[in-house]
Amino acid sequence: MTAYAAAQLALAVPALVLFILNAVAGVFAVIVVGIPVLLLTIPATRWIADQHRSMAGRVLGTPIPRQYRPPRSGGALARLAGWASDPMTWRDQAWILAATTLGFALALTSVLLLVLVVTGALWWFGIEPIMRARCAMDRWFLSYGHAEVLEQRVQVLTETRAETLDHAAAELRRVERDLHDGAQARLVALSMTLGMADSMLESDPEKARRLVSEARATTTAAIGDLRSVVRGIHPPVLADRGLGGAIEALALDMSIPVEVTNRVGGRPPDPIESAVYFAVAECLANVVRHSGAGHAWITLTHAEGVLSAIVGDDGRGGADPQAGTGMLGVMRRLAAFDGTMRVSSPAGGPTVVTLEVPCALSSPKTMPSSEPA
Amino acid sequence: MRLVLAEDHALLRAGLIQLLEAHGFTILHAVDNAADLAEALLDPEAEAAVVDVRLPPTQTDEGLTAAITVRTARPGFPVMVLSQYVEQLYARELLASGEGAIGYLLKDRVSDVAEFVDGVRRVAAGGTVLDPEVVATVMARSPEQPVDRLSPRERDVLALMAEGRSNAGIAASLVISEKAVAKHINSIFAKLDLPIGEDDHRRVRAVLAWLHL
Repeated sequence: MTAYAAAQLALAVPALVLFILNAVAGVFAVIVVGIPVLLLTIPATRWIADQHRSMAGRVLGTPIPRQYRPPRSGGALARLAGWASDPMTWRDQAWILAATTLGFALALTSVLLLVLVVTGALWWFGIEPIMRARCAMDRWFLSYGHAEVLEQRVQVLTETRAETLDHAAAELRRVERDLHDGAQARLVALSMTLGMADSMLESDPEKARRLVSEARATTTAAIGDLRSVVRGIHPPVLADRGLGGAIEALALDMSIPVEVTNRVGGRPPDPIESAVYFAVAECLANVVRHSGAGHAWITLTHAEGVLSAIVGDDGRGGADPQAGTGMLGVMRRLAAFDGTMRVSSPAGGPTVVTLEVPCALSSPKTMPSSEPA
Repeated sequence: MRLVLAEDHALLRAGLIQLLEAHGFTILHAVDNAADLAEALLDPEAEAAVVDVRLPPTQTDEGLTAAITVRTARPGFPVMVLSQYVEQLYARELLASGEGAIGYLLKDRVSDVAEFVDGVRRVAAGGTVLDPEVVATVMARSPEQPVDRLSPRERDVLALMAEGRSNAGIAASLVISEKAVAKHINSIFAKLDLPIGEDDHRRVRAVLAWLHL
């Protein structure tokens, strides 16, 4: 515990320096000069705050969550704006003030009690309450209280609900368009062809026969259109076999070998199965389209109430989840279930996309064992 | 030829009965759910079955399961599986359920009556019949393979062989002579390094194995 106190003392100086840099650069950001400084000092501040979070978490016995908002996409300015609008950034600043004054004094007391031999006994008994006080202070600054957590939860839910509704509306429009341009148009043509055949049945039976066979071809095409619309809404194999089986079927249709490992024992709720299925389908489509990979793998697991799907490939890496609309759509769809997507894609590969959705599984059903595709 | 027919849509079932009976098949049992299908397949009189994949009670893949089960109990029992959509995964499972005598077609192929009836006959005779859509996905996913060395016409012939067609069937479909078909097949087998099999059944297997299906 004294080691933590010493670490807190050691980190106080850089923290104070960062506080001053942040404050000064924040002012000068107006005239651009401060921006590059902030791009360095804010992450550094967060790092120091993280060290204190983990120390305080260990001293207090309950981990302190890191509650920064996810970084905004776009350039440096967007990132700065994201940081500025994150209350935790300001809490960090306030915390430095407290940590370098009162907190510094508490930590110093702990260390001095040990160092001064005479007060060894005091150290033995006093270290615990002092450090707890110091860490409780850190926690108060560096994590949100109950009401704030709820407030933010409401905000997140409001945002994701709006996005979900938008997404659902857009999907319905797409389905409407697909039906309108596909099956519906073909059925109109079909009825026309049959009408003509009907009127020619007596006068020109040969021509009528040709029209009927044309009508049959149109029917086949209309059924094909409907089939692809259905696949886009809810793939039948997903209903038949659940997530694991549907992903195996998906993997088989890929032009590169995709190995599927399914360690999920039961069935997640339908909407989550569907969201994860389409997310994995989008990831695989990206693998084939952009990565140049010769091999990919998918692992499905469910542990501690979280369903995870990991899609990896041995391609060239450098994938940017913000680049295409597809991945953004996936993120929005997962967000509706408090799901997240993480992409690790260093240049040169490998690319690993991790999709996680908290959910419970329904009665464990025996699943066909996984096998390489 | 005495058949068991399983299809839960009354209209389609009536249509299939009419169509098959008009072509000389006898419908021994026509059922609309998985339990009745399992029972009908126990009938020793039955010589082959035409089943829909989706059947009550769960409307998922009962028909497929029933086909695989009966072929475990009665090895080589001919089953033609029909479905509103085809999956390579299901094709694999059916092919793995025994040597030949298996068919897997989209339901709308029934509209080409002659072709469909021919398919049922070939399955009943121990052949393999696969939907062109399954074959197309399998052919499409092997871009860097030696399929590229085939001429477009040879690829057509390869696809039709994978669907389980005979030489005569391939010739009729491509409107070429059977002699020309034989020539293409020789050339394909030489290019893909496949042993030339005498009978159609073994040929389908060789082609499908080569395509990794």
